[in-house]
Amino acid sequence: MTDPSAPSAQRVIDEARARDVRSRWLLSAPALAIIFFAAIGPLFVVLIYSFMQKGDYGDVKPWTFSTDGWFNVLFERDLFDDTLGLAWANLVIFWRSVKLSVITTVVTLLLGFPTAYFISTRPEHRRDLWLFLITIPFWTNLLIRTFAIQEVVRNEGIVNSALIGLGLIHEPIQIMFTDTAILLGMVYVYLPLMVLPLYASMEKIDFRLVEAGYDLYATRFAVLRRIIIPLVKPGIVAGSILVFIPSLGAYVTPKLLGGGKNMMLGNLIELQFGQGRNWPLGSALSIFLMIIVMAALLVYVRNASDSGGRHG
Amino acid sequence: MTDREAAVRLAAIEARSVSKVFTGFRQDSFRALDRVDVTIRENEFFTLLGPSGCGKTTLLRLIAGFDFPSEGEILLYGKDIAPLPPYKRPVNTVFQNYALFPHMTVAQNIAFGLEMLGKGREETAARVDEMLKLVRMEAMRDRRTSQISGGQQQRVALARALAPRPKVLLLDEPLSALDYKLRKEMQVELKRLQLETGITFVFVTHDQEEALTMSDRIAVMSAGRILQVGSPRDIYDRPSERFVADFIGETNFITGTVKGFAKGRAEVALPGGAVISASVPEGHRPAGTVTVVVRPEHADFTTTAKEAALRGRFDHAVFFGTDTHYHITLADGAPFILRLQNDTTDELPLTRGEAVMIRVAPGTAQVVRD
Repeated sequence: MTDPSAPSAQRVIDEARARDVRSRWLLSAPALAIIFFAAIGPLFVVLIYSFMQKGDYGDVKPWTFSTDGWFNVLFERDLFDDTLGLAWANLVIFWRSVKLSVITTVVTLLLGFPTAYFISTRPEHRRDLWLFLITIPFWTNLLIRTFAIQEVVRNEGIVNSALIGLGLIHEPIQIMFTDTAILLGMVYVYLPLMVLPLYASMEKIDFRLVEAGYDLYATRFAVLRRIIIPLVKPGIVAGSILVFIPSLGAYVTPKLLGGGKNMMLGNLIELQFGQGRNWPLGSALSIFLMIIVMAALLVYVRNASDSGGRHG
Repeated sequence: MTDREAAVRLAAIEARSVSKVFTGFRQDSFRALDRVDVTIRENEFFTLLGPSGCGKTTLLRLIAGFDFPSEGEILLYGKDIAPLPPYKRPVNTVFQNYALFPHMTVAQNIAFGLEMLGKGREETAARVDEMLKLVRMEAMRDRRTSQISGGQQQRVALARALAPRPKVLLLDEPLSALDYKLRKEMQVELKRLQLETGITFVFVTHDQEEALTMSDRIAVMSAGRILQVGSPRDIYDRPSERFVADFIGETNFITGTVKGFAKGRAEVALPGGAVISASVPEGHRPAGTVTVVVRPEHADFTTTAKEAALRGRFDHAVFFGTDTHYHITLADGAPFILRLQNDTTDELPLTRGEAVMIRVAPGTAQVVRD
């Protein structure tokens, strides 16, 4: 006979489990609090602001409701005859943002892949040194680095002076304040974010698989396409996400290298909270940016896992 | 197979004075292979046997094309393959850790080499089915390689390497990761596959038992050199070097003095005074003090002084199930092990320190190079 007052095994297990859950909540409470107050809370404020009327000198009119902010993301009324039209200025900026972000992602991938491959094929004790070198740009403030790029690409800058000095060109090439300059800046800034995840998954590859590929009549290109790339795919996905998202919302780089004409989404949003004095539109644009990012991610990740499935 | 038949058979692989030197960062170099000459015949199960670091895997990698010889040449059916990259050599490898592609299924792994050779879809599918059947893995065709056991991975690795019908199959210690029972099973399986496919197998192992049971011929390697090449029986019964005798099976080494030498046999005086006739490796002219090898199962106790080749004192006995090992200290202090089958007799009633006389089966003693 078992003692009825003794706790059954099931009850002991349940209690232990409950204790475990409690302690986990307690441990994660600080992080959850920060996420709530610093991220979700403000985001909620932005969402509410996007549905209010704009104030005359910025801010919003309290306790009012309006969909103007959202309306103005894509459309605008003509100032004189009040006809409805698409907000072409905004659309051009959306297009430029997406285009430059996609190109940045592709270029960093093309540059980062061989870099990561190089590092992961070094002897183990030397890889740390190479990784350390990759992170050097992070030591300096982004603003200063961007000014440095300005110095390189501007009309009187290093590149143009050198080309003119060599007699290759007579007029300076206009790089500053073009999409090319923005692209250059973003590729430079985000390249490490691509290299690090690529390295992380490349380092795990058993290079005997590469030998096995060669042994089974695969050429270098076939080994790359059929063995290395599929195995590095998690790194490619992670790196692309890490580069694409901040590129889409980039602010400093397009501001300093693109000038006033070549705005990206981040600059457009800033404009609404500053000179534009249209906080609801700024808020709506911010949420809109988030939606674009989420949609892009969803499509990208789904495609990536699909093709993974097909190849096995 | 007689020697004449062997000579008629084509040479699948010939290594001619092949050396491989690895140079480190600080110019310190390591000679992994030292002027190796060997001929591997068509359709044979050829084993490279030796302890780790003896150069057997290096030789295999040179044949596969993952490394290139520093000196010498390697011929495949008479043609120098030095300029060919691994993907142009009609040679496939079964890797030690199998190196199966983790992002592909079993069938996709097997199909890989065929696809790379540009075989058509139907031909590839038919060949994959055939291979799956050959290694008895039909039921696993759509499994991921991470979802199958070590022994099954081994079979897939074999099927993958055999699928493109290579002229030579290289196997780099393929059984070392398996447990004892599975290893025994795979030994039989490998031998069956080799006979069924008729492909030349070059098998690398450090396991002498594996080498003896599976091979047509064995090359024993040490420190970058091939010491002896021969059939398992040759290697076991007629080792030419002390290292070979020591590495393969259990052996007694006895120091003796040469009294006479004629027609490949030497009269050797053993410690204790008895003189026995021992065979001598080809091309060797023994003189002075030599080492004589006697396998434990070629010795027996005797009570007649006339038969006694060796005298010593009984030390202890170890029971091994099918047989018992009797440890003896010889007259000159050297240890000697004598193995008797436990068929009918009980353990001999010997006491520690008891004087014993040992008979050596005629024709079994062998002089080796030191």
